[in-house]
Amino acid sequence: MTRRERALRTVRRGTVLTVVALLGLVIVYVRALMFTPIERFQGPAQKIFYVHAPVAWASLLAFAVCGLLSVGYLFMRDRRLDLLAMSSAEVGVALSVAMLTTGPIWGKPIWGTWWTWDFRLSSTLFLFLLFVGYLVLRGALADHEVRARYSAVLGVMALALVPFIHLTVYWFRTLHPAPVIMKPEAPSLPGVMLVTLLMSLAVFTLLYGGFLTVRYGLAVLEDVRLEEAAHELS
Amino acid sequence: MTTRTAMAIALKDLAIEWRTKTAFMSSLVFAVLVLAILFFARDATAVSAFDLAPGALWVTFTFAGMLGLNRAFLVERENHSLDGLRLSPATPTAIFLGKVTGNLIFVGVVELVSLPLFVVFYDIAIWRQVPLLLTVIAMATVAFVAVGTVLSAMVVRTRFSEVMLPVLLLPFLVPPIVGAVQITWRILAERPLAEMSGWLSLLGAFDIVFFALALLLFDAIITE
Repeated sequence: MTRRERALRTVRRGTVLTVVALLGLVIVYVRALMFTPIERFQGPAQKIFYVHAPVAWASLLAFAVCGLLSVGYLFMRDRRLDLLAMSSAEVGVALSVAMLTTGPIWGKPIWGTWWTWDFRLSSTLFLFLLFVGYLVLRGALADHEVRARYSAVLGVMALALVPFIHLTVYWFRTLHPAPVIMKPEAPSLPGVMLVTLLMSLAVFTLLYGGFLTVRYGLAVLEDVRLEEAAHELS
Repeated sequence: MTTRTAMAIALKDLAIEWRTKTAFMSSLVFAVLVLAILFFARDATAVSAFDLAPGALWVTFTFAGMLGLNRAFLVERENHSLDGLRLSPATPTAIFLGKVTGNLIFVGVVELVSLPLFVVFYDIAIWRQVPLLLTVIAMATVAFVAVGTVLSAMVVRTRFSEVMLPVLLLPFLVPPIVGAVQITWRILAERPLAEMSGWLSLLGAFDIVFFALALLLFDAIITE
């Protein structure tokens, strides 16, 4: 099987995964809107939480994966790791846009403001901008070997930066709702809501996997095409 | 050996700068302009110059310093002198240390010249706090220069390096600059040291982590 065929197979697998995840998303929407009780204090606005929190999780996962793959690339210098890191960063940026738009839509009725310089809001915004910068840098470097090395360096530095940004904005001030699940005591979210949230988390993780696979397959195809073009020229 | 090579590289950069003074003069004039514009960019009846001062100082230092960082590798781009540097027996570590030293001196001098202007413009009495303020400036500058040197070595390979550097560098400057502003206002307000120890540790940790990381990663940037 040639590299092109393998890449096409990856794209097809990714598409299947994405379709499954999107069907799951429909189920989550229906369940969240029709079969999950309305929260007593926040009313219907709280529903967005079933999208916002999972999409935030998926985008942070995407960035973490990009950082770890960057570390891997610097050690192994495997081109596939670079393409996978790039795909993860791109999917992460897309998911971040969903996170950064659903957040303010919820924030306006509940906090009374679209945006506030809270701990989680600021740190995710800076992280988002950092990875946009990562993609901009990739776009500006023509040589693929240099591009892979430089973006891996940036990915590793981004990984090291995250704890510092978190601490900085945390000390600045915080207003974001406190964790309701991942905390030392038992989860304070009622059972039905918790199940909806966990389902949504699984769906968004799957969606990330689907997007990542498709994007990676496309990146390999692009690579193959460039190689063929270079071959024809020489 | 590494130290001597590094010194030679730093001195070479500073000698180029000394003969033209282009980057230094632009950074300095830029710093004065930013300080002056920020002074007027406020409602004087609502925000006192004193309240604005810490932020203004660090915004000025950051932007003025960034002009200098761009220069460090741009001079190497002409006539492919970076290739020459790579072919020389100088190790990547020596090149990094040389560039960092040159940048530290460059940014440090710009800061030291604009600091008195800041004191005069914003009418701030800082005599007693000078040692502490200089310590914070030194700590934040090391953070800024270590990360900036690595990133400027990368962006010099791109076409729009002058625009690219701020886009990549500014997210990394969030912790050191926010920390430095927090410490600076406490210093100017003569608050006890205990109130700023947390931010000082953050700044110190950032310096150590990112200087070490920059040193390790520079090899992957410079070696073909």
